[in-house]
Amino acid sequence: MTERQPDETLPDAVTTWPHLVRIELLATLAAMVLLTVWSIVVDAPLEEAADPNRTPDPSKAPWYFLGLQELLVYFDPWIAGVMVPLFIILGLLAIPYLDRNPNGAGYYTLRERPFAISAFLFGFLGLWVLPIVIGVFCRGPGWNWYWPWEAWDIAKTPHLTNINLTDLLGIPASLGGVLVLGWYGLALLFWLWQRKSAGLQRLGGARFAITAFLLLTMAAIPVKMALRLLLNVKYVWVTPWFNV
Amino acid sequence: MTRRPSLWRQFYNSVFRHRFDDTPRNRLLQITSNVFLHLHPATIRRHGLRLRYTWGMGGLSFLMFLVTVVTGVILMFYYRPTAAFAYIDMKNLQHEIPFGMIQRNMHRWGAHAMVILVWFHMLRVFLSGSYKAPREFNWGVGVILLTLTMLLSFTGYLLPWDQLARWAITVGTNMAAATPFLGHQGPGAGLTGVTERNDLRALLLGGPQVGDPAILRFYVLHCIFLPMIAAILMIVHFWRVRKDGGISGPPHVDEEPRPGRAPARSHGFRPKTED
Ligand code: HEM
Repeated sequence: MTERQPDETLPDAVTTWPHLVRIELLATLAAMVLLTVWSIVVDAPLEEAADPNRTPDPSKAPWYFLGLQELLVYFDPWIAGVMVPLFIILGLLAIPYLDRNPNGAGYYTLRERPFAISAFLFGFLGLWVLPIVIGVFCRGPGWNWYWPWEAWDIAKTPHLTNINLTDLLGIPASLGGVLVLGWYGLALLFWLWQRKSAGLQRLGGARFAITAFLLLTMAAIPVKMALRLLLNVKYVWVTPWFNV
Repeated sequence: MTRRPSLWRQFYNSVFRHRFDDTPRNRLLQITSNVFLHLHPATIRRHGLRLRYTWGMGGLSFLMFLVTVVTGVILMFYYRPTAAFAYIDMKNLQHEIPFGMIQRNMHRWGAHAMVILVWFHMLRVFLSGSYKAPREFNWGVGVILLTLTMLLSFTGYLLPWDQLARWAITVGTNMAAATPFLGHQGPGAGLTGVTERNDLRALLLGGPQVGDPAILRFYVLHCIFLPMIAAILMIVHFWRVRKDGGISGPPHVDEEPRPGRAPARSHGFRPKTED
């Protein structure tokens, strides 16, 4: 057997035993102490037995899905509960193939990849964590807004006079589709305008199209929220089969 | 003539393949001759040790997975997945069974911790740019692990069979009923003709609403199917971390030609230094 010498001679390499294993042991002990104390101090919830005839109000999904449930205020379930999670998973899977920036691999830097990092943090913090915080702390009966310090027995009625965007603008409902497709058409305009730029050259058509679709879909979420909150818009696009 | 080894020495040698005095050789054997520690390379770049770099999040996610596996098996001894017994069994766990409450608490809070730790692990991998070539595939394995972690939590949520459980799962699985073409409330349901008895939600729940068959389905998914897939993918994930050149690091460490440095796609072992 050829013997391997430890690489302590190399400035960058150390033996895994004991250097890494020691850290793992200490981290394990610390985490187990924390988890044990947490489990002694706080009991897991157990409410009354399940009763199919008594629906609690509000009925909340587990906290890690409350971001999606919060989107139900603004979108129909097939978008908030099906398409959005699907695009999140597919979008995450696609990230390494879309990001062609060679810088910033293996170290923390905002300066060398400002766009990638802002886009990711916008999605993670703004579209995932923030709605969860709202769903956990600020939603009460009827999914109305209750501050954490507000009692839930104050009756609140939601604003019910919502209107479709096409009616608000006084244009035929079929033009709603034009609005939605036009939103994604922005990508095409951007491509025509900037296609000679170094950034888009590096991406190429296929990567650009996918990236633009994902980013515009992400950006559409706060746009729809703003339309609802400021103008009481219910749908942008109404069809006999689905509404957006 | 060789001396006859003592019974003790023979037994010791049959269990441990080497001695434990702190020699350079034994430091390597500690890792390479131990099936569990062998997940690691025998030597590792100093950079990959820094908690400021990895935040230790991947390792702690794995620890929380192990905690839920162990406490979960213990809970399984006391839990029957039917509407008649599930809730009573939870009550018994809490009030009758010695240490039942803390098993349940550690399982519950460990699972919640795992969800958060996995999110933060993903965040650190993104911020350190560690998904870039050659680690694209392992990022993908991670995304599937993320999905599985949340599905594991979600399927477990139903099992206590209290009001919280039943209605949270009702809200969650109602989304499946809204799936285009496959859910009876989704767009295109008219085209495929699915009803509340045979759409995607019915497949998940074993019926049109959350009841006995749903408990059994979620139980099997939660205790067998999802953990098995997750365990297999974790093995792939850890293996790929090594195959892709170990924990990522800045290129000035990565690329500087240095005698004896392993090429990026080796097992992380370095050829013997010539000197
Ligand atoms: C059950 C869930 C997971 C477990 C147990 C896990 C475990 C680990 C461990 C132990 C490492 C070694 C380095 C470290 O601790 O940071 C690692 C690295 C890595 N993980 Fe995960 N992981 C999980 C989920 C994910 C997710 C959700 C992603 C991304 C979407 C991901 C992507 C990666 C990548 C790309 C590396 C290599 C990082 C590098 O070389 O710097 N993993 N994982």
